[in-house]
Amino acid sequence: MVEKPNQVNAGSKSGSPTMQATSKPTDLLSQHFSIRSLKLKTKQQELLIRVTILCLVYVLAFITRLFSVLRYESMIHEFDPYFNYRTTLFLTQKGFYEFWNWFDSESWYPLGRIIGGTLYPGLMVTAALIYWTMNVLRFAVHIREVCVLTAPFFASNTTLVAYFFGKEIWDTGAGLVAAALIAICPGYISRSVAGSYDNEGVAIFALLFTFYLFVKAVNTGSLAWSLASAFGYFYMVSAWGGYVFIINLIPLYVLVLLITGRYSMRLYVAYNCMYVLGMLLAMQIRFVGFQHVQSGEHMAAMGVFFLLQVFYFLDWVKHQLNDTRLFQAFLRITVSTAVVVGAIAIGVGTASGYISPWTGRFYSLLDPTYAKDHIPIIASVSEHQPTAWSSFMFDFHILLLLFPAGLYFCFKRLSDATIFIVMYGLTSMYFAGVMVRLILVATPAVCLISAIAVSATIKNLTQVLRAKPKVAQTGSSRGGSSGKASSKGSLDQSQPISKNGAIALLFGAFYLLSRYAIHCTWVTSEAYSSPSIVLAARGAHGNRVIFDDYREAYFWLRQNTPPDAKVMSWWDYGYQITAMGNRTVIVDNNTWNNTHIATVGRAMSSYEDEAYEIMRSLDVDYVLVVFGGVTGYSSDDINKFLWMVRIGGGIFPVIKEPDYLVNGEYRVDKGAAPKMLNCLMYKLSYYRFGELTTEYGKPPGYDRARGVEIGNKDIKLEYLEEAFTTSNWIVRIYKVKPPKNRW
Amino acid sequence: MARSTGEDAQALFHSLRSAYAATPKNLKIIDLYVAFAVFTALIQVAYMAMVGSFPFNSFLSGILSCTGTAVLAVCLRIQVNKENKEFKDLPPERAYADFVLCNLVLHLVIMNFLG
Repeated sequence: MVEKPNQVNAGSKSGSPTMQATSKPTDLLSQHFSIRSLKLKTKQQELLIRVTILCLVYVLAFITRLFSVLRYESMIHEFDPYFNYRTTLFLTQKGFYEFWNWFDSESWYPLGRIIGGTLYPGLMVTAALIYWTMNVLRFAVHIREVCVLTAPFFASNTTLVAYFFGKEIWDTGAGLVAAALIAICPGYISRSVAGSYDNEGVAIFALLFTFYLFVKAVNTGSLAWSLASAFGYFYMVSAWGGYVFIINLIPLYVLVLLITGRYSMRLYVAYNCMYVLGMLLAMQIRFVGFQHVQSGEHMAAMGVFFLLQVFYFLDWVKHQLNDTRLFQAFLRITVSTAVVVGAIAIGVGTASGYISPWTGRFYSLLDPTYAKDHIPIIASVSEHQPTAWSSFMFDFHILLLLFPAGLYFCFKRLSDATIFIVMYGLTSMYFAGVMVRLILVATPAVCLISAIAVSATIKNLTQVLRAKPKVAQTGSSRGGSSGKASSKGSLDQSQPISKNGAIALLFGAFYLLSRYAIHCTWVTSEAYSSPSIVLAARGAHGNRVIFDDYREAYFWLRQNTPPDAKVMSWWDYGYQITAMGNRTVIVDNNTWNNTHIATVGRAMSSYEDEAYEIMRSLDVDYVLVVFGGVTGYSSDDINKFLWMVRIGGGIFPVIKEPDYLVNGEYRVDKGAAPKMLNCLMYKLSYYRFGELTTEYGKPPGYDRARGVEIGNKDIKLEYLEEAFTTSNWIVRIYKVKPPKNRW
Repeated sequence: MARSTGEDAQALFHSLRSAYAATPKNLKIIDLYVAFAVFTALIQVAYMAMVGSFPFNSFLSGILSCTGTAVLAVCLRIQVNKENKEFKDLPPERAYADFVLCNLVLHLVIMNFLG
């Protein structure tokens, strides 16, 4: 029901840039042929159309992200957003000062976590500001609604930024197309649907905004724009760890401009002001702190900063000296001194440990196989996997084809701004290929570059279409007046084919764009609007079945366990248990302490008596496992179990992966490894499962997620007892028994 | 070889000096300001080398205050220099206002960071 108006909107919008592009040549023609007063009117019309389109795109970007609210309800999605929601709630209740100094004893028991110093506060502060503003304006909304709608709101703002960015690098037509493309691009929607209250939703806006302001600063050479981009950078740093991309891309861009001989005073002004102020502002975020002067990832920016100083100085001396021979001598001395000093500084800094080496995440970006070999905790997250071709197609659709075309147009009209967007596009495409989640970073660049391709193509085609009547009327008078006319003359010779071809191509472009709109709406509604905390499936009669087991379990925890109970689960569910269940957890999604996670992994993969020792030492009262055998829910703990073994085995060598495999194969049926059949995770997942018939015509104990009959149907628990199992068995909670009496 | 390098350096110095004499007065004032800021930064680095950088945020704010001032002043110098054709459209009043704004932000942040 909702899909319809959306699609209509999308169709009209992707068609409208055509309208806009056609109005431009009219403007051009009217300069020559019509009355002066008409020209003004066309301009006004153009402005009106442009503003209307932008408003429509703004609204569209918002409403296309509301599928999840309509399908389910206004709720927070997934894992990390629950942490953000919990901290935002804390911020609005206790105020900023308390938030900044918050020590959280409810997670990472018994260590705790200093929340104020280990998070990016941008998202929470933004949501809290919106909430406070609404309250001042007497809109009594709940903070949850604000959190749910923050990401769509910022997506709408991103479309505006995309328009201005497109206008800056190409023209207004490209800007409009870019705004329309990015509004519905699945690559971006995947992280910004209503309810996915995560850092990325705000950060992409901040990223694009910073880039736009920086390009603007480079184009104008104004300190004010540069200052604005420093503030954009500050917002980005406060919102997301991906700011490292900015602080490396911009120096790289400066370096490329230097090498290609496009150095200008404007660049000097823009980069230096942005770097110094941006760095200083970024240091005010406690989680980032001194990294800008101490960590290896940020050193490129500093190196380019010094390089620019040297370059400027040399340029100045060259300007002062007229003698080239003298300057050559001077150049030799200065350059060699600078190189020696720089090399010594880097060498001493690295050797003395003052400059920290690159982190694992950074290495895994440069070398995609690094994480797999060295850091299982990064490799275990599904969104850190290398991207498959199909997911590129899924997230970009026709943009994937338009991207190279756009690059072609950019190279044809090289300027400082187009070089920037080309570099942004190419680097981010590389990173998107390394990690699935970084498709998000590439999306704005891909949309902008594709928009250039669409806009330039349509503009050329409409020019061909409009050329004919005019040439027929005044062909002789304009014959040799300008180069432009002669180029039109050459078009005239192939006119009949070219004109029909142009019409065909225009229809083709229109068809492609409408397919894109349909694809995007379909992807949004089918793939990206699921909250993943409430599961939906089709029943036997085609009706929708909702599994709300997670919330059922967390509600049970909140109501039936002592307030200081400690819950052990795999780290994926940590944030949700603290946010919804309000109970202390051993590990959560922050994953800052690998050893602690490995301890939990070891407990899960040990025999029950060994696990009991570990759980006693961690004060665990309840154990929570997620099990999909009844419903066929495949991302449950049994399927994640090998990662627990690997992460546990990475720290505790007693856990060996081959013990759980049979001939390198992971199985849970009769042929499974004996250790697998008796480890804690297996027992907790399949406890009393052998008595249950899950599917007609299958033996009892048939696991629907893996499609096998389980191997150990007679499970006895000695140290734990079943406390609660949700209605579809998705979440199972066990109570750890107190130690036995000694006599 | 060594003598010729020395002579070169001397000749370079002389020609630089004579060329610099032709610079307008307002630019010379800015140059002096830049030189002063760089000099202050160098003093701080020397102090850090002797005493150590213990309150690291204070050291950083000191050094960044000087660097920032110097860099912003160089930007101002670029913008008000009449020989730079790139900035013909930019009135000196606007350049000066931008400079003051950036300095204001710079030093407000530094005050917050000083600790």
